[in-house]
Amino acid sequence: MTPAAPIVAAAVERRRGDPTYLLQILREVQEALDWIAPETAAAIASQLRIPHTQVQSALQFYSFLYDKPRGAYRLLFSDNITDQMLGSAALCEHLLNRLKLKRGEVSPDGLASVDLTSCTGMCDQGPAMLVNNRAVTRLTARRIDEISDLVRARVPLSEWPTDYFRVDDNIRRADALLGGSFEPGKALRAAIARGRQGMLDEMKRSNLRGRGGAGFATGVKWEGCRNAPGAEHFVVCNADEGEPGTFKDRVLLQTYAARVFEGMAIAGFVVGAVRGFVYLRGEYRFLLAPLEAKLEQMRRARLLGPGICGAPGFDFDIEIHLGAGAYVCGEESALIESLEGKPGRPRIRPPFPVTVGYLGKPTVVDNVETLCEATEVALRGGQAFASQGTKRSTGTKILSVSGDCERPGVYEYPFGVRISQVLKDCGARDVAAVQVSGPSGVCLTPDEFDRHIAFEDVPTAGAFMIFGGHRDLFEVARNFTHFFAHESCGFCTPCRVGTALVRDVMDKIAAGRGTRYEINELMRLYELLRRTSHCGLGQTAVNAVHDTWQKFRPAYERRLQWRDFSPTVDLEAALATARRVAGREDADAHLGAEA
Amino acid sequence: MTSVEAIITIDEQPVPFKPGQSILEAALHAGVYIPHLCHHPEFAPHGSCKLCSVVVNGRSASACAMKAAAGQEIEVDTPELHAFRRTLVQMLFVEGNHFCPGCEKSGNCQLQALGYEFEMMTPHFVHFFPNLDVDASHPDALIDFNRCIQCELCVRASRDVDGKAIFALAGRGLNSHLVVNSPSGKLGDTNFSVADKAAHVCPVGAILVKRVGFAEPIGTRRYDLEPISAEAAQCAIEEA
Repeated sequence: MTPAAPIVAAAVERRRGDPTYLLQILREVQEALDWIAPETAAAIASQLRIPHTQVQSALQFYSFLYDKPRGAYRLLFSDNITDQMLGSAALCEHLLNRLKLKRGEVSPDGLASVDLTSCTGMCDQGPAMLVNNRAVTRLTARRIDEISDLVRARVPLSEWPTDYFRVDDNIRRADALLGGSFEPGKALRAAIARGRQGMLDEMKRSNLRGRGGAGFATGVKWEGCRNAPGAEHFVVCNADEGEPGTFKDRVLLQTYAARVFEGMAIAGFVVGAVRGFVYLRGEYRFLLAPLEAKLEQMRRARLLGPGICGAPGFDFDIEIHLGAGAYVCGEESALIESLEGKPGRPRIRPPFPVTVGYLGKPTVVDNVETLCEATEVALRGGQAFASQGTKRSTGTKILSVSGDCERPGVYEYPFGVRISQVLKDCGARDVAAVQVSGPSGVCLTPDEFDRHIAFEDVPTAGAFMIFGGHRDLFEVARNFTHFFAHESCGFCTPCRVGTALVRDVMDKIAAGRGTRYEINELMRLYELLRRTSHCGLGQTAVNAVHDTWQKFRPAYERRLQWRDFSPTVDLEAALATARRVAGREDADAHLGAEA
Repeated sequence: MTSVEAIITIDEQPVPFKPGQSILEAALHAGVYIPHLCHHPEFAPHGSCKLCSVVVNGRSASACAMKAAAGQEIEVDTPELHAFRRTLVQMLFVEGNHFCPGCEKSGNCQLQALGYEFEMMTPHFVHFFPNLDVDASHPDALIDFNRCIQCELCVRASRDVDGKAIFALAGRGLNSHLVVNSPSGKLGDTNFSVADKAAHVCPVGAILVKRVGFAEPIGTRRYDLEPISAEAAQCAIEEA
């Protein structure tokens, strides 16, 4: 028996041997063992009675699961552009020097590894990192020194200064949702008083639209799910807030969790679901314990569980599933696949989750903020809710503001607010561009700052990254191409290969080897990915390159060579090995100045 | 008897369909060719290769994944879509290691045939040249991972027809790859058999039955004799 066996057995036992919990089991086993060795994976497969391939599929898909040793301390720097702007690259170098490591490599004694990870959702308090999936904020050179000392002394994470792990809400502007008073249970009782149909009618009257960015009418979605035939219905809260630059759901889950959960219960009440899931991104692992505690508190107060608020037949409970580092799981059908313990590959849609969702049953998937807003609708009624915002975008929107401004943080505005107003409120001056809704969103320039945040003008899932006049928008776009190549699930050809090609072309331009030919390639790939990719990830993956080429052409042009073509293979550099082997450095061993 | 409403239009040509059919199925049954690679008539739609990308009423869609519906106006053979498909085939070529002259599937390979179909003269992109293995551990079959295009036909055949679930895709993005269901990861340690459906669905030369590679000489093989687009006419004849 290997030392892993009892740990695997316990994890499988806790999940009653149910293979839909495979991802949760892998995660829990790894928390105990630091990585999933082949024999550990085999033990999981045999105890769950599933093929090895099923374990390997999940294990190799998620960034935070390791099938090779990654050290006792796994230090991952958030690689979002906002972290970079706050100096993360130099801090990463500093840590590598202190630990005498190369990036991606594990120290020979198995102590530590240092690498990059996609945005950890701490853009307003970066640079940030994850240490063994625990978020560390506000990194400085001094903090890096301390961390390297702690690592070298093998101090357990539980004994590190708690201030490292402090995560602030930074609520800078509160409106109806963030500023309203909230009395536990009140929204639930209001929904019960309205009745299942009455609550649905209010939802439709409110015209509340999904806050995850797509803007589908939530009431219509709930009605579709309620009407879909199925023995069981489910409610899923999409808390896989992975879009770089977004962090408002983290604030809602940290401070407004009761509202999120009540919103889920109200959704369950309307669609006839008794089970709900929160799919929490792995980067927010630190929220798991407080959220579990909140659920327990609500159960004790009969705000969850059987007979909620004493209403007969209103049974609803919630469990939390943790992701493991995969941006694509924010796509609702990929999220459902992941909830079922599988790799997060988006399904063919239609059918949509409202009819064929979790375990093939009707499922509502709503964003954290949307579910919070449902409590507002329950409390105030649809009409009152719709009185805020614009006609087609009712209510308020929470923005995650980061980048070049004095007051990064969370800002809630009625829909329709101008970009310029947000910039003024957060103290941004000399702004060259704002990237709204993250790398998959839109890059706006000053002549567009009078546009409005609204589904009918500038829709957004919440990210609002500000770039000052001194920033290089080419580097911003290049950062995004690396992000997408890393996060592509690999299912469809255009995205799997295309995101890697785009990344490599951008790197070639960055290296000063690009020409007009590369620009044409980028635009061709932009069209192909936009038109033929399987899901939104691939369809939007080249948006930022396209936008910045249109709007910040000099940032590209100053890197381009003024000729038709430059080969990707650098022949002169390719000959270096041959010269070294031959021991030659004379002029004839070089190609001479490149033509 | 087809009801009058059950008609879609493909490149201005009316095509009948049966309820529940995808656009691709309806087209192939009517003898109209829509390029495809991960589709197989015996399996559920998959939608990963994207070669069947078409334009339906002005919007892009995969013909294999979208149900036919009365009144759809579908564009298939346009210069733009043709160029998209050529690029997709080039992408499949550069992400793996495909050397047609040395491949025993040459002439029966759908990827190669599609290269010809789209007049692909070069791979166009820089090769990724991934470092991949050949698994010859099984007595009767081998897997050349260099040639896998991740269509998941073997995955589906083994799971849905053979009831063995021997294959799966693992990894992410460009690192996605086929894995085999045994603790060693070797095909020889599974219950795979050349009698399995999964041994005969690979559209390229990734899963090969041993000792029959050149039984049929190169030059007289399926796509040596007729282009892959002739398959649609074949489908229609079999239907009738």
